[in-house]
Amino acid sequence: MLNHSRVPPDSASVATASGPSVPALREMARRLRRHVITMTAAAGSGHPGGSLSAADIVAILYFKVMRHDPANPQWEDRDRFILSKGHSAPVLYAALAESGYFSMEQLSTLRKPGSCLQGHTDRNLTPGVEMTAGSLGMGLSFGIGVALAARLDHRGYRTYVLLGDGECQEGQTWEAALSAAQFKLDNLTAIVDYNEMQLSGWTREIMNLDPLDKKWQAFGWHTIDTDGHDYDQILAALQEARSTRGKPTAIIAHTVKGKGVSFMENNVRFHGKAPTPEEAERALRELS
Amino acid sequence: MTAEASTREAYGNALVELGKRDPNIVVLDADLSPSTMTRFFAEAFPDRFFDCGLEEQNMIGIAAGLAASGKTVFASSFAIFASCRCFDQLRMCLSQMELNAKVVASHSGITVGEDGGSHHAVEDLALYCSLPGFTVVVPSDAVETAEAVKVAASTPGPFYVRLSRPRTPLVHSEGYHFTLGKAVVLRPGKDVTIIAIGVMVAKALEAAKVLAKEKIDCQVASMPTVKPLDEGFVLQAASDTGSIVVAEEHLAHGGLGSRVAQVVAREKPVPMCFVNLGDRYALSGKPEELLQTCGLTADGVAAAVRAAVQRK
Repeated sequence: MLNHSRVPPDSASVATASGPSVPALREMARRLRRHVITMTAAAGSGHPGGSLSAADIVAILYFKVMRHDPANPQWEDRDRFILSKGHSAPVLYAALAESGYFSMEQLSTLRKPGSCLQGHTDRNLTPGVEMTAGSLGMGLSFGIGVALAARLDHRGYRTYVLLGDGECQEGQTWEAALSAAQFKLDNLTAIVDYNEMQLSGWTREIMNLDPLDKKWQAFGWHTIDTDGHDYDQILAALQEARSTRGKPTAIIAHTVKGKGVSFMENNVRFHGKAPTPEEAERALRELS
Repeated sequence: MTAEASTREAYGNALVELGKRDPNIVVLDADLSPSTMTRFFAEAFPDRFFDCGLEEQNMIGIAAGLAASGKTVFASSFAIFASCRCFDQLRMCLSQMELNAKVVASHSGITVGEDGGSHHAVEDLALYCSLPGFTVVVPSDAVETAEAVKVAASTPGPFYVRLSRPRTPLVHSEGYHFTLGKAVVLRPGKDVTIIAIGVMVAKALEAAKVLAKEKIDCQVASMPTVKPLDEGFVLQAASDTGSIVVAEEHLAHGGLGSRVAQVVAREKPVPMCFVNLGDRYALSGKPEELLQTCGLTADGVAAAVRAAVQRK
């Protein structure tokens, strides 16, 4: 297990901060992906595709960048990770279990009666989950509230909101984009998991988002285009977001849906469908 | 002539008082602060006021984020936009997350008046009452508004407080103490109970005076807390007076009438009649004209009482 010690708020820059090496982070992302496959296969339902595309970003945030304390999920100075695309709950649950918020055994209870791991995130049931989500387009608004609270309370924590590309079609996302810029929330970072696929196909064929970076720019955001599977690029982007003053930053992370499992990559079938036991076995072999 | 006062002004002033006492209070509005009267707070505490523009959905999400970070949040708009426009956000962000945010909406019902049907929030109580965990309060007048807002601030969890556009008759005097979850008996009586909310409370009291001349002795109660409902009072009223009339500035379905009827039907069936807007929208007009047209008058309440009493 990687360390994720509480780092003081005025810690050194992200890129140079001590902590796990890139190979160690990659290994963690591989573990997260394996959990995603195992969990969704055991549940018999769920959304593996968007969990796999976000795994590298989530690994970097939880095991390198964010200050958080699994022993004290309510630590007031923790950095906040808000999963706006609540259907990617499996990758968040995996990161929380690997961090030590709850036991690894609990991952196998995903979506089952009595489990603290709901099909979509629930902040009142799962230690470490900041927001109840599932109806898309709400996370950025919630993140604005959290970031405003940091400003009011003079706290140095940062707020990271992970959005799906599909939910950038929701009007509320753009209401929030306008207001985060209006409020000059430079302690807020939006990361778009731009895997270019949504439930029923390619985003460009269903409701085109391009040019996505220019849209965020036009709404008053600093934007960074990055390869969402390239660790150096993601780390550099997060550092740039941290040092950007006077406006929020949107990181457009270009990713591959189903990343890491050959037959799931760019395969829309795995947006909202769990692998069969046989598929899970193949996937785990590829991720071994 | 009965004295009148503005519920939304009472709200604006109460917010300032709360803001002085509690630095944790944060107020949001959606470009309507000159009308909802959150502007008083905005002027007194500009750092703790955020205008979210015409983004009601976003405003509720922001309210949730602030509340999840320990703030006591008040979010205001017109009732129509604070209910229908952002219902999914109310459901996900405040009800399901059980957060400490208070939606206080002015301009409810048809007494919005001339702006017309688009602006008449007449389904808001049905929507809010359907959300688990929400406390729903409809103050009877400005005095009760000030009290209810203070109680909302000190009671954890999501609230909806429904206010009016016009000045409304005062039914309570200064010094009145609001108790959450309790009906308020404004006039004792033994033949029938009229349960009213908002602008209909004064109409119910008027109706009771008229009916007294006909030897119909009305108990009149306001039910400022629509949810959770004071079921004990409803059942007592059913037992003691044997018939109930519910009067509200709301559509027929899902409001106070439905809630009271559910309790009565379950435990103590007695004749009931309802004074409400039925199943249709109103049009433009002056508030009093619209109330007249829609039968939300003392006469309308009196007619309903006669019908209920006759069926005893």
